[in-house]
Amino acid sequence: MDATDTRAANARPLLEVTGLTMRFGNLAANDNVTFNVHRGEIVALIGPNGAGKTTCFNCVSGFLRPTAGRVVFDGIDITGMRPYHICRLGLTRTFQIVKTLGDMTVEENVMTGAFLRAPGKREAREVAAEVLELTGLLDKRAKPGRSLTIAERKRLEIARALATRPKLLMLDEAMAGLNPTEIKGAMDLCLRLREAGLTLVVVEHIMEAIMPISDRVIVLSSGEKIAEGTPEEVAANEDVIKAYLGEKYHAAS
Amino acid sequence: MNESPWKDRKEPAGEPTRRLTHGALERTGSDGQALRPAQPVRRRARAPELWLLAVSAVVAVLPLAVNNVNFHHVLIMFLIFASLGEAWNIITGLAGQTSFGHAAFFGIGAYAAAVAYFRHGISPWIGMAAGAVIATAVSAVVSYPVFRLKGHYFAIATLAVAEIIFQLFVSWSYVEGATGISIPVAAEGLATFQFHTSKLPYCYITLAAFVGTVLVFRRVEESRLGYYLRAIKGSEEAAMAMGINPARYKLYAMMISAFITSIFGSIYAQYILYIDPFMVFALAISMKIVLLTVLGGLGSVWGPVLGAAILIPLSEYTRILLGGTGKGIDLIVFGALIVVVACFQPQGIVGLMRSHGRRRAERGVSGDARRDATAVA
Repeated sequence: MDATDTRAANARPLLEVTGLTMRFGNLAANDNVTFNVHRGEIVALIGPNGAGKTTCFNCVSGFLRPTAGRVVFDGIDITGMRPYHICRLGLTRTFQIVKTLGDMTVEENVMTGAFLRAPGKREAREVAAEVLELTGLLDKRAKPGRSLTIAERKRLEIARALATRPKLLMLDEAMAGLNPTEIKGAMDLCLRLREAGLTLVVVEHIMEAIMPISDRVIVLSSGEKIAEGTPEEVAANEDVIKAYLGEKYHAAS
Repeated sequence: MNESPWKDRKEPAGEPTRRLTHGALERTGSDGQALRPAQPVRRRARAPELWLLAVSAVVAVLPLAVNNVNFHHVLIMFLIFASLGEAWNIITGLAGQTSFGHAAFFGIGAYAAAVAYFRHGISPWIGMAAGAVIATAVSAVVSYPVFRLKGHYFAIATLAVAEIIFQLFVSWSYVEGATGISIPVAAEGLATFQFHTSKLPYCYITLAAFVGTVLVFRRVEESRLGYYLRAIKGSEEAAMAMGINPARYKLYAMMISAFITSIFGSIYAQYILYIDPFMVFALAISMKIVLLTVLGGLGSVWGPVLGAAILIPLSEYTRILLGGTGKGIDLIVFGALIVVVACFQPQGIVGLMRSHGRRRAERGVSGDARRDATAVA
């Protein structure tokens, strides 16, 4: 890659989602959704239940092939690519319903991810140790995955994703089901990751957790993007209040 | 491909290339400690190799100590089926893809060795190599389309393909159809892979192949491939999110498994010196492989060995003692054992031993616990 390429890549958003539409039969889970994610940002994707957040995640990360629209990551059109190709390019995700590899130890879980870029076992183990330290799981590394609590499993999801050395990490409700202390820990982790130069797209329900750490918030409702902006802008947006609280409350307020 | 905070390609040459993080992450290590590559948890990773040495030493001495033809026969069959179980364990135990058709690869190997000498006068060793290549190719052709699907398609496909190949051999005149092949007697020796005066050479050839197979299993299990296979078994979605193409690695596992299975088919043919489709393509062979591995412990290196150590003497001695009337008794007993295992310890005998070991450890009587205690003191 020469210098001009590098400059072009820097100017461009890391992730460009254009006109993303995903239909299941007659239901449009995502309808013409367009947004960009810039390098080093934490972007939150919020919206009421059934708004299409996870579908959007699946389309971007390759687990679903969108009906229409384009997804460009780091200058490469990844629309319809398989998840493992996309991961190799540097975009990976965690799952809302954690997929802990229960038969493998915590360390083995993470090493599996590390093997993507680490040539050998020793290197993979070193990467795993660093990522486990970062996610606070180092003392649990010899335990089988199935023995972890839900909070630890969520962290293990993140650790496993980090081990693949992504540029863009997409977290699907990484904080759901956690207690306030654990949520605080997860918030700190997100900020630390951004500080390290990672770009994050976060789906989250817990507003108190997501608003303080997000640079930008995108709101989906019934499959459409209804608002985008800083946390303050979005919180004051009438459409957003309507979508969350319903027409009745909006009228009353 | 640039700009990744995790990529270190552009770092100065002096920097350790394995470093995952840069300064920002390093500062955040708890208590201000640098995130050094921690000491890996020392698993007793070499233990299975030591056990293998012990087991093979015992197996090497046994036929000399017990100089009985029947016993030698049982030992050879034990080694063959333990190895078949190891091979099957790669695709089913590690990768979680149940194959009910491994007899197909076993039969291909058996026929390749037999046909090589019977039809063309070529050394059975060359036949063995050709058979392994053919079996590997067949396994790839069969598996590739179904590995792209999820669910039980693979199990059904293996069952169907084994049946198709069986029917093919029954009516194929080149391999003498249903009549089977009686391998022409040749001079004894390693070159012809025929021994008539003693079963001992077969014992040792099979033992060598068994040791090789266990080592291959261990190699696969401990390698990146093994991690990938276990991840695929755990969750294909999780594997894909880590950059793993499940279809590709399942295919590798299947090909390795078919290759080994075929080699033991060849060994079997050279040992019995007569084969027909009903012997080597029998569903009973596929099932024995499945049952003994499940009884012993799916996914564990010693599972098939333990399972074969129980099933094979049972089936061979009932056959030797009862002849035709005893046919099937072994499978009845074995079926009952499987039901018991499935109900009480799905991890098989190995799982049983492990949970026993854990209980001992919890009571603080295991060697490990004591060692740890002294280390702390």
